[in-house]
Amino acid sequence: MTATFDIASLPRKRTEQSWLVRLFDYKPFLVTICLLPAAGLLLVFLTYPLGLGIWLAFTDTTIGRDGKWIGLENFEYLFEDTIFWQAVFYSVFYTSVATVGKFGLGLWLALLLNNHLPFKSILRAIILLPWIVPTVLSAIAFWWIYDPQFSIISYVAVDVLGVRDKYFDFLGSAWPARWSLIAANVWRGIPFVAISLLAGLQTISPTLYEAALIDGATGWQRIRFITFPLLLPILAIVMTFSIIFTFSDFQLVYAITRGGPVNSTHLMATLAFQRGIPGGNLGEGAAIAVSMIPFLVFATLFSYFALARRKWQQGESND
Amino acid sequence: MATIITRRDTLRLGAGAAAIAALGEQAAAQIPRADVAAPKLPIENGATLRVLRPARFVEPDETIFRANTAKFQAATGIETRVDFVGWEDIRQQTAVASNTGTGPDIVLGWAEDPNVYADKLIELSDVAEYLGKRYGGWSFLGDKYGKRQKTNNWIGIPFGGSTGPIAYRRSAVKEAGFDKIPNDHGEYLKLLQALKKINKPAGFALGNAVGDGNGFAHWLVWSHGGYLVDEDGKVAINSKETIAALNYLKELYPTFISGTLSWGDPSNNRAYAAGDCWLTANGVSLYFALKNDPAQRAIAEDTEHQALPFGLVGKPPQSSLILNAMVFRHSKYPNAAKTYLQFMMEAEQYDPWLTGCLGYWSHTLRAYAKSAVWDSDPKLEVYRNGTDNQFWSGYKGPISHAAGAVAAEYVLVQMFASVAAGQATPQEAAREAERRSRRYFR
Repeated sequence: MTATFDIASLPRKRTEQSWLVRLFDYKPFLVTICLLPAAGLLLVFLTYPLGLGIWLAFTDTTIGRDGKWIGLENFEYLFEDTIFWQAVFYSVFYTSVATVGKFGLGLWLALLLNNHLPFKSILRAIILLPWIVPTVLSAIAFWWIYDPQFSIISYVAVDVLGVRDKYFDFLGSAWPARWSLIAANVWRGIPFVAISLLAGLQTISPTLYEAALIDGATGWQRIRFITFPLLLPILAIVMTFSIIFTFSDFQLVYAITRGGPVNSTHLMATLAFQRGIPGGNLGEGAAIAVSMIPFLVFATLFSYFALARRKWQQGESND
Repeated sequence: MATIITRRDTLRLGAGAAAIAALGEQAAAQIPRADVAAPKLPIENGATLRVLRPARFVEPDETIFRANTAKFQAATGIETRVDFVGWEDIRQQTAVASNTGTGPDIVLGWAEDPNVYADKLIELSDVAEYLGKRYGGWSFLGDKYGKRQKTNNWIGIPFGGSTGPIAYRRSAVKEAGFDKIPNDHGEYLKLLQALKKINKPAGFALGNAVGDGNGFAHWLVWSHGGYLVDEDGKVAINSKETIAALNYLKELYPTFISGTLSWGDPSNNRAYAAGDCWLTANGVSLYFALKNDPAQRAIAEDTEHQALPFGLVGKPPQSSLILNAMVFRHSKYPNAAKTYLQFMMEAEQYDPWLTGCLGYWSHTLRAYAKSAVWDSDPKLEVYRNGTDNQFWSGYKGPISHAAGAVAAEYVLVQMFASVAAGQATPQEAAREAERRSRRYFR
């Protein structure tokens, strides 16, 4: 009797065990389980805020009052709003000029650092400083440098050297203010570009340069036909990041000018914040933020598909 | 920023509070008060309170406020916690508390906030009317901001107001040939031109400065008889008065120190303290920073205050930023909250606080004009009745959220700045300001 009991119960146990095991061996289930935490995090911290932002852009929500769906009204208002178009213009201008500046100077700096210099590691560490310092701190430093009354540059030019008789008015009118902010952004962005490109430069095999030297290539030719093409993949990535960071820059501009004088230095990000939080018009602020998306998508696609193309890197004939 | 008064703190504060209490009774003795019965507010069992208020101007603003709160806790047994948050953040936090129906019982917010959240607040008429009767009535702006619009019901208890009259260097104005600041637009322009000529220029913020920029823009509009909205809240900024103000600024602006288009709130304080700017408009902080710094003592002694030039309106065209307390309906202990507000406004507590704040806050209950603080320094005289100015943000319209948004968005400041910078004609600038304001007043 007991024997039959045991025999009857054993296989059942075995199937029970194998049911769990089977479940965990079942690939779709396992994939789902493993992805769940990551997907949950993404949903909560990325998809939800992004979705909420897009939803808000189509409502008239203000701080303190829930909004209702108003369709494209926010965008229609922005379309006629000269301040918004000014911000779009300056965002594009700021991003393109600052990116060119950062990459020009950053590449130059990377090439210099790639040579054998005494105290190489210390130098590289120092170069990173502007990038390590929190943006707000460097913004405050620039705020003082550009101050109409207490600027160190004005002090040196007027009171020490006497080459001018009036203080510089860096932030008092539109164009000087715009260029001043671009200069601050370039100063801040160079280290990131330089160090990233330096990493790229060091992966290029020295044998290529030796071969070129034997072939009698000039310095410019070595840069044009070896350094540049081999650097392009990393250049594309760094540029994508740099464009995104610059385009969505907020702290520098907000801390130094708050978008002034007369809104001439508003970026889309600062204008979105200004309208949304201090102005209390969350819907409109969100609409401005949403308007940034196409620009960012375009910049990303451009970097990936244009700059990273093999034909660009290795010549037309090489497929 | 958030601080909880723990038992240990209470003990320590208790000692301080005792000292302040003694001081309070002594100081408060000169505040005239009528014998009026306080409203009966039976305190709920087990009541606790959370209070939210903006960060301090000067240290006593916080320490005396806390000591008074500790005194309240000792007297009533109601555990009370005060959180101080940044100036820029309190509006948003008030909005969240109102929307979610949780959080602090009492918020000391800004000017129009009680009117924005009127439906979420409990009525405070009993306390406000008692305080008014006891302390000689509410000042103009106290009354304006305390009551729900177009009614006689109180929804706020205005604690104080901060106003920004002219601060100037007596020696410079004298050198320019004037004894005081003229009230007439033409004469005032002559003064500023003369100051520029002797290289001791005036300066007013035309950049994105919430306090100073809006104060200056409001003065220009109001002193010319203009206003943002009419009595019904319809936008009326595009008027011939505004155009006149814009044309006036075109003449005034060249007399300023350079760089005012990029000035933020602290800029004029710095330029004044450095001796670069000789006439500006500011709260009393400018003067006290100088007075308390031995190196700057000479500038402080040379500094005088005067109300903003009257222009065409015959009274100071300036307002006051009101610190306004409200009690949310979600509070489980409304009577305890009302008792707290009443307690804080009574002379034994309020007068030491007012005195400790050195004139940073002007009182809202008229009897406090007798407070010792106003006689402590003759240069504070102009701040004494700071909340009796007859103008408010969004003048002449009803108190509204929109007026605050227009100020936060620098609509008027930028209207003037664009003309000063030569980017727009007065007509274009006024039209643009009208278009932008309409967006908020709709």
